[in-house]
Amino acid sequence: MKASFVAEKERKKTTTMSGAEMLMEALEAQQVDVIFGYPGGAVLPIYDALYKRNLQHILTRHEQGAIHAAQGYARVTGKAGVVIATSGPGATNLVTGIADAMIDSLPLVIFTGQVATSVIGTDAFQEADIVGITMPITKHNVQVQKPEDLPRMIAEAFHIAQTGRPGPVVIDIPKDVSTALGDYESHPPVSLPGYEPTVRPNVLQVKRLMEAVTNAKRPVILAGAGVLVAKGEEALRNFAEQYHIPVANTLLGLGTFPYNHDLFLGMAGMHGTYAANMALYDCDLLIGIGARFDDRLTGNLNHFASKATIAHIDIDPAEIGKIIEPTIPIVGCAKQTLQTMLALETERGETQEWVATLANYKEHYPLWYDTSEEVLKPQQLLQLVHEETKGEAVVTTDVGQHQMWSAQYYGFTKPNRWVTSGGLGTMGFGFPAAIGAKMGKPDLPVVAIVGDGGFQMTLQELSVLQERQLAVIVIIVNNQSLGMVRQWQQIFYEERYSQSLLPVQPDFVKLAEAYNIPAATVSTPQEVRTHVAKALHSKGPYLLDCRVASDENVYPMIAPGQGIHQMLGVKK
Amino acid sequence: MRRMITATVQNQSGVLQRITSVLTKRQFNIESISVGHAHTQELSKVTIVVEVEDHRKVEQLIKQLHKQIDILKVIDITELALVARELALVKVAATPQMRSEVTVLIQPFRASIIDVSSETITIEVTGNHEKVEALLELLRPYGITDIARTGLTAMTRGTQRTVHSFVSSSII
Repeated sequence: MKASFVAEKERKKTTTMSGAEMLMEALEAQQVDVIFGYPGGAVLPIYDALYKRNLQHILTRHEQGAIHAAQGYARVTGKAGVVIATSGPGATNLVTGIADAMIDSLPLVIFTGQVATSVIGTDAFQEADIVGITMPITKHNVQVQKPEDLPRMIAEAFHIAQTGRPGPVVIDIPKDVSTALGDYESHPPVSLPGYEPTVRPNVLQVKRLMEAVTNAKRPVILAGAGVLVAKGEEALRNFAEQYHIPVANTLLGLGTFPYNHDLFLGMAGMHGTYAANMALYDCDLLIGIGARFDDRLTGNLNHFASKATIAHIDIDPAEIGKIIEPTIPIVGCAKQTLQTMLALETERGETQEWVATLANYKEHYPLWYDTSEEVLKPQQLLQLVHEETKGEAVVTTDVGQHQMWSAQYYGFTKPNRWVTSGGLGTMGFGFPAAIGAKMGKPDLPVVAIVGDGGFQMTLQELSVLQERQLAVIVIIVNNQSLGMVRQWQQIFYEERYSQSLLPVQPDFVKLAEAYNIPAATVSTPQEVRTHVAKALHSKGPYLLDCRVASDENVYPMIAPGQGIHQMLGVKK
Repeated sequence: MRRMITATVQNQSGVLQRITSVLTKRQFNIESISVGHAHTQELSKVTIVVEVEDHRKVEQLIKQLHKQIDILKVIDITELALVARELALVKVAATPQMRSEVTVLIQPFRASIIDVSSETITIEVTGNHEKVEALLELLRPYGITDIARTGLTAMTRGTQRTVHSFVSSSII
């Protein structure tokens, strides 16, 4: 008996170890190179197992920092960001980041500690029903009941997080499961009968789309982040050039198409360019690829692509028909679909006139702002950052005016360098996300563009910069207000600036100095250039408090309820 | 419109919460939901009756349910040939003198009396939604003191009249 048991164990290549040890083994098996986390009571066994390993762990100063850092890492690498937090408050502090990752489709695998199974449900110290809490904001979540299940659950979690439409997966581990011994299986079988993403598009639908392409006179491509996830930028560019079709981007899709390409129209939506928005308004064929027709993009749906045949390509079938009923629905991976489209080699449509019209829009209605001799304009600041970093940097942002100016003026030529909180619109996202991005892409310059409001939500992570000497440049677009709130109050609430002005602020330079991080206040274009160059040269952390015009608004702008063609502030 | 949806799900803790969470998030109103083991131990069968505005809404609901990892199969069976039943227990205030009258009344419904006390009788009835409603209507004048209903559970018939009206989540 004993001999056969040993033989069986040998065959399955199992070893006996604790749940916490299994977690470490499984993370190594997944080739995880960095964990973002914060210890606590329920994860003590896990952190003890980590102590003996060579796994890199970034101790952020708040769990929210850990999850946003993991999001930044995931966005630039395409690999799942890994987070560990303790039970109760540790886990609930992750909630904002989990929701953010869910709506922006970022792969995360999150391990939360949980109180021991014997006391679950008794309102024990630091107990929270994190599986219940995160159910609507995760792609999947599970609570581990016995250590033997851990290897399989971890393998499944990485698979679910990173395939199809990516998303966050939470694994809740009760403390006694971490300490209990079990058989570790190095290559657990992954069996998910309820999960099989459709990657290959339906060829008949693709043929219908290509017929529509041939017949279209005014086609436009709307490329979203799905193209980035699929690594389909090259296929997108080949397709657009081959068929001479202009390309507009969603906010998250920036970087899928070079900003300086003749066929590029810019970002579309509430603060999109005139050319991009008019293209979406006037087109006769709209090809949406890996984009979910968010309300901030479409404006009033009655005016959105109302004259067009709409083709919608998305790997998530639930996105198709959710907002817009397409004529040509295609479920599939963006890259494979574009490749299938290219392989059909159908006839080009007659798009010259349309492309010329849009080029004309680009020339006559470009993004604009009033330059000033007295004060630094935020738009100009972003242009200068672009120039100094040669458009090569990874740029992260929060939500709001500085985010829109970054989207409008930074100008991306390469994919996966734009890390922003789109769907959830999370203040305090940009700075910790930059830490994760730097961990993921240590060789690229990383610039966190943040507002003075948002930065104050997660600035405790300056400690991480100090400790790790990470070359992240923090650029505070300081307009001494919650700019976008102020802008809406100015336009829609008769200038009643309720709780949106921040005239009293910390001295951000002194604050950085407290963390031993070089910093400067800048208020002229020349100072911006000098300090950004110096920061890039220093190969370490750097903080710039950029004093910009406090009353600047983001334009163009589509007011709520208006159509995509009804833009305010298109011209001076 | 009223839609009847069946879902085959992994028999795991929390899966019912997953379903109701999807429904709540998208503001669907659940008319009834019933759950039980399926033909194998690992699976459960859920029957949901929902009130929705239009076909697009129901399609969206099915797709969102289908996205859940623990949900294997989702079908809108409203327009299929199906058998649907619910069970209702009805407590009626009936004095001993009234009992025979009620007994006669419930006979065509093949309902039965399963509990009797000095002031009440409890009736069990099984059938489709309309049948249960009709019996309740008849019993109301006697004074219904309590009702417990299981909600519909349903299954498609072995032979289908029409296949073309099949509405499923698949546009793949």
